[in-house]
Amino acid sequence: MDQGTQKKSRYGMLIDLDRCNGCGACMVACAVEHNVAPAEHKATARTGVTWLRVAPMSNGGEFPATDTIYVPMPCQQCEKDTPCVAVCPQNAVDVDPATGIVGQVPQRCLGCRYCMTACPYHARYFDWWDPQWPKGMEQALNPDVAPRMRGVVEKCNFCHARLHTARTKAAAEGRESINPADYVPACVEVCPSKAIVFGDLEDATSELAQAVKHPHVFRFLEKLGTESKVYYRSDKQWVLDKAKSLQTV
Amino acid sequence: MKYRGVAFLLAGVLASLALGWFVFPMVLYRTESQPIGFNHAIHTGEANGMTCDMCHEFAEDGRFNGIPVTAKCADCHSTALGSTETEKRLIEEFITPGKEIPWKVYSRQPDNAYFSHATHVMKGKLTCEECHGPHGSSSELPTYQVNRISGYSRDIWGRNISGVPSEPWEGMKMDRCVQCHADRNKVDGCVACHK
Repeated sequence: MDQGTQKKSRYGMLIDLDRCNGCGACMVACAVEHNVAPAEHKATARTGVTWLRVAPMSNGGEFPATDTIYVPMPCQQCEKDTPCVAVCPQNAVDVDPATGIVGQVPQRCLGCRYCMTACPYHARYFDWWDPQWPKGMEQALNPDVAPRMRGVVEKCNFCHARLHTARTKAAAEGRESINPADYVPACVEVCPSKAIVFGDLEDATSELAQAVKHPHVFRFLEKLGTESKVYYRSDKQWVLDKAKSLQTV
Repeated sequence: MKYRGVAFLLAGVLASLALGWFVFPMVLYRTESQPIGFNHAIHTGEANGMTCDMCHEFAEDGRFNGIPVTAKCADCHSTALGSTETEKRLIEEFITPGKEIPWKVYSRQPDNAYFSHATHVMKGKLTCEECHGPHGSSSELPTYQVNRISGYSRDIWGRNISGVPSEPWEGMKMDRCVQCHADRNKVDGCVACHK
């Protein structure tokens, strides 16, 4: 039970941009998993809630040299000097020491949105409206995730509810640590082109820890030094060049 | 006449204290009755010797089922066991029509609190009594009171209005979770217990 003897993890993700075809299944799975209500009719890309946003990125070339990739952008789970943690006046955001996951407690949030300003990835969303589900749809809410109210900020937490479930299962089966197969985020599970690898960066034998060593793997805005744990990979040179030159996303 | 001001002050202080300590709790909490009586002692006592987890059971994946469904009661009470009025009502109102009993749960937590019974009981080896006190050996259900503002059971705050528990198992606030985790050198982030 002691933290001293408990294994620490650092969960991370590798998204292969060459595999992503921009279908958006991850965005839908994410919204369903986290009880994100259907968008209010006035909502825009800025005022809607998309814990995982798939944004297109183009090489800007003329046909036939044009090329577009799609960039799924969840919370990047910054490990060091986490910008949103640093600015939150409410202690509503923290980096979980056991998992490295940046947690958000919307019930603590006062809605000042400093964190949204601080986030270099625009991965945080403000609830401009109370969540409303069409009649009957509220029956399909995920009981493992608490819905949020109007006036608070929310964001991706690597499907932390699934980690809760995996831990409970491990306890019931008398295991000290979870079975990695029991903790797979919704976006990873649903991706039809298997573009996302999820795992524990601390476990050197995990597929993720091996995969991030590839020279074509990068992180957006790596120069900020926030040690984000969402990695990207592309074998296209223009993507690698563009990622390197980006000031902001 | 010299002490009239002091007397007024004291009277005011006393009236305020009485208001805060006795009248306010009466206004803050509404007493609600449970749908039917339940005697834990009969079930867990020597005659039947049942353990908590025989009714409050775990699913295979560790999910806690909490209060048992009527079908679980019907395993033993398919017909009346004894001739009490409560037993008669249990059969007629709930078991025969197959209706769930709308219990009011003393330990119901807010939506955003995540609590895994499996982790605490199976891995952490906590006993039921450490959090729930002698509930399992009580012969009648305690009074259920609900906070008019928050809608939570009074047992979350604790029976003592001052917030200082008179028994170690009293109250189920976050402070108590945090204290217990700190005592066991558990270092957790918010999301470890919030969903």
